[in-house]
Amino acid sequence: MATKASRTAARMMISPAVVLLLGWMLVPLSLTIYFSFLRYNLITPGTNPFVGWENYYWFLTDPSFKAAMINTLVLVGGVLLITVVGGILMALLLDQPMWGQGIIRIMVIAPFFVMPTVSGLIWKNMFMNPVNGIFGHIAQGLGVEPISFFSQIPLLSIIFIVSWQWLPFATLILLTALQSLDQEQLEAAEMDGASWISRFFYIMLPHLARSITVVILIQTIFLLSIFAEILVTTNGGPGTSTTNLTYLIYVASLLQFDVGMGSAGGVIAIILANIVAIFLMRMIGKNLDA
Amino acid sequence: MGRIQLSQVSKVFGDVEVIPPLDLDIEDGEFMVFVGPSGCGKSTLLRLIAGLEDVTTGSIVIDGSDATTVPPAKRGLAMVFQSYALYPHMSVRKNIAFPMKMARMPQDEQVRRLEAAAQVLNLTEYLDRRPGQLSGGQRQRVAIGRAIVREPAAFLFDEPLSNLDAALRVGMRLEISELHKRLQTTMVYVTHDQVEAMTMADKIVVLHAGVIEQVGSPLELYRSPQNTFVAGFIGSPKMNFIEGPEAASHDAHTVGIRPEHIDVSSGSGTWTGTVGVSEHLGSDTFFHVTVDELSQLLTVRAGGEVDLHYGDTIHLTPNLDHLHRFDERGLRIS
Ligand SMILES: Nc1ncnc2c1ncn2[C@@H]1O[C@H](COP(=O)(O)OP(=O)(O)O)[C@@H](O)[C@H]1O
Ligand SMILES: [Mg+2]
Repeated sequence: MATKASRTAARMMISPAVVLLLGWMLVPLSLTIYFSFLRYNLITPGTNPFVGWENYYWFLTDPSFKAAMINTLVLVGGVLLITVVGGILMALLLDQPMWGQGIIRIMVIAPFFVMPTVSGLIWKNMFMNPVNGIFGHIAQGLGVEPISFFSQIPLLSIIFIVSWQWLPFATLILLTALQSLDQEQLEAAEMDGASWISRFFYIMLPHLARSITVVILIQTIFLLSIFAEILVTTNGGPGTSTTNLTYLIYVASLLQFDVGMGSAGGVIAIILANIVAIFLMRMIGKNLDA
Repeated sequence: MGRIQLSQVSKVFGDVEVIPPLDLDIEDGEFMVFVGPSGCGKSTLLRLIAGLEDVTTGSIVIDGSDATTVPPAKRGLAMVFQSYALYPHMSVRKNIAFPMKMARMPQDEQVRRLEAAAQVLNLTEYLDRRPGQLSGGQRQRVAIGRAIVREPAAFLFDEPLSNLDAALRVGMRLEISELHKRLQTTMVYVTHDQVEAMTMADKIVVLHAGVIEQVGSPLELYRSPQNTFVAGFIGSPKMNFIEGPEAASHDAHTVGIRPEHIDVSSGSGTWTGTVGVSEHLGSDTFFHVTVDELSQLLTVRAGGEVDLHYGDTIHLTPNLDHLHRFDERGLRIS
C-alpha cells in the first residue's frame, strides 16, 4: 500500500463492503431515530404526530429507567468481575500439565456453545428451582431452607448464569495469553527469588493485561445487550429487579406497544454503548501501546 | 565463595537419559565453560546446577553444603539466559532492581548497587527505558546487571552471546572476561562455539551426548585431546583425520594433524596435492587440498599472502611433533 495507485485500487476494492456496511447500519439507525420523535403507539393507530423530545423525557424520567441503568451496570460489572477473575484462575489451572488436558480443555469451552435461552432454562429448572432443582435438593439434604433463587436473589442468579456462559471465553483467551508467556522470564524471576505470588503479580499479570482488556471490551459489548437469559427466567422481575436497559426497551415497544418510546430507549442505549466503547477504546489503546 | 561440586549427577527426561551420571568440580573463582554441539545437554546441566531442573540421581554441593534439593533462589547463583529473559513491562532500572526488591534489601543499598552496576555496564543513560527500546547488546548488559546486583556465589550463563551479531559478540566476550577478572567470582558459561570457549575459559568441559569427554585448560585440550571427538571439536579449522595405511605407519588407527601443523611448499614435501577451494582471512589462508597419496581432502594453513590458486599442485609436510594418534575406539595413544 505504498504507491498512490495501489492506495486508490485498495479504496476501490473495499468500497462495496463499506457502502453495504453503511447501508446496513444507517437505515435502521435513521429509522430508530425518526421513530423516537413520533408518538407511535400500536394500540392507538392512525396519525403518528411529531412530538419532539417527549418520548425521551418520559423514558428518562420513568422510575424503571433508573432501576434498569443500575441493573445493567451491576450485571455487566458483576459478570466481568467473575469471568475475569475466574478466567485467570481457570487459565492458571489449565496451564498446569495434567492428564487428559485436551479433553478437559474442550469440556471447559462447552458452555460457550449452549444457546442463552437453553442455558437460562436449564439453570432455572434443573439447578435453581427450589423444589426440583439440584441446589434445592442439596440444601434439603443439608437440612437448610432452599433458596428461591429468582425471587430472593434474582439479579445475582442472572449474573451467575451469564458468568457461567462467558467464563469459557475469558478462560480461553487468557489461557492462550498465558501460554505465550516466555518460560525463561518465569525462570529468571524464580532465580531472582520471586515467590509464586510475586511471579504472578510481577510477571504473569502484566503479561495478561492486554488480553484482560480485550476480554473486558468484547464481553462488555455483548453483556450490555443481555436479553434471552432474563426473558426465560425472571421476565425482568420481581418488579424491575432484573430489568436491564435492553429488557426495558423490549417492555416499552413490545409489551406496551409504544414504538416511539422503545425507539427513544434504543437511541439512549446506543449513546450509552458508545460512551462505554470510547472509554474502553482509550483504555485498550493505552494498554496496546506498551 | 563459589565452589560447585557435582557427584554422580544424572538427568532423565521421560525415558531418555540426557545426562548419564557425571562428576564435576568447579573451583571457586574459576571461569568454567561447557562446550559441545547443540543438543548435547549443556543447558540441561546448567539448569541442574541452577536448580531449575531436579536431578534424577546424584548430588550438588555448593560451598560445602548440599544444595541438591534447595530451591533456585536460595542457591545464591545468578543466571543469564540466552533470550535474556528481561521483564518487558519494567524499565531497565526495575529489571535490575527486581532481585533486590524480592530480597527486600534496604532502599539505599538497592540504589547503591544499581548505580554501581549501571556504571560498570554503561547503562546509566538507559535506566528509564524499557527492554524493548534497547539494542541486543544493551539488553544483554541489562541481563548481566540483574545478575551482578545479587552478588551471587557464581554466575551461570547459557549461550549469552548467540543472539548478537559477530562484531558485538567479540566485544561482549571481552566485557564478560573483564567482568570475571574484576569480580573474581565463579562463572559457568555454556556455549556451542569453541572459539568462545577457547578465548574465555580457565577450564573447558567438552560435552558430547551428555558425557564429559574431557576437562582441561584451553591449551591442554588443544595440545592433547583425549579422543577424536575433542580433537575434532577444539581448534578452528577442524583437525584433519587420516585413517588407513598412513595411520598404520604411525602405529595408530587414526592420526590427526591440525591445519596449522602442515607445512606448505611449492617445491617438495611428504605429500603432493591439488589446491581446491581457498579461504583468505588476510592474516592466514586456508587451503582445501586433495592429497594424491591419501586420496582425501586435507585443510592446511598458509601465510596470509601466499600466491596459490585453484588447481595448482603443492607439496605438504606434516609436523610430526604435532601428530595426534588415536586407537580404534578413538582414544588417544600417548
Ligand atoms: N524438558 C525437557 N523434556 C524432554 N527433553 C528435554 C527437555 N529439555 C531438554 N531435553 C532434551 O535434552 C537434550 C539436551 O538438551 P539441551 O540441554 O537443551 O541441549 P544444549 O543446550 O546442549 O543444546 C535434547 O535432546 C533435548 O531434546
Ligand atoms: Mg542450550
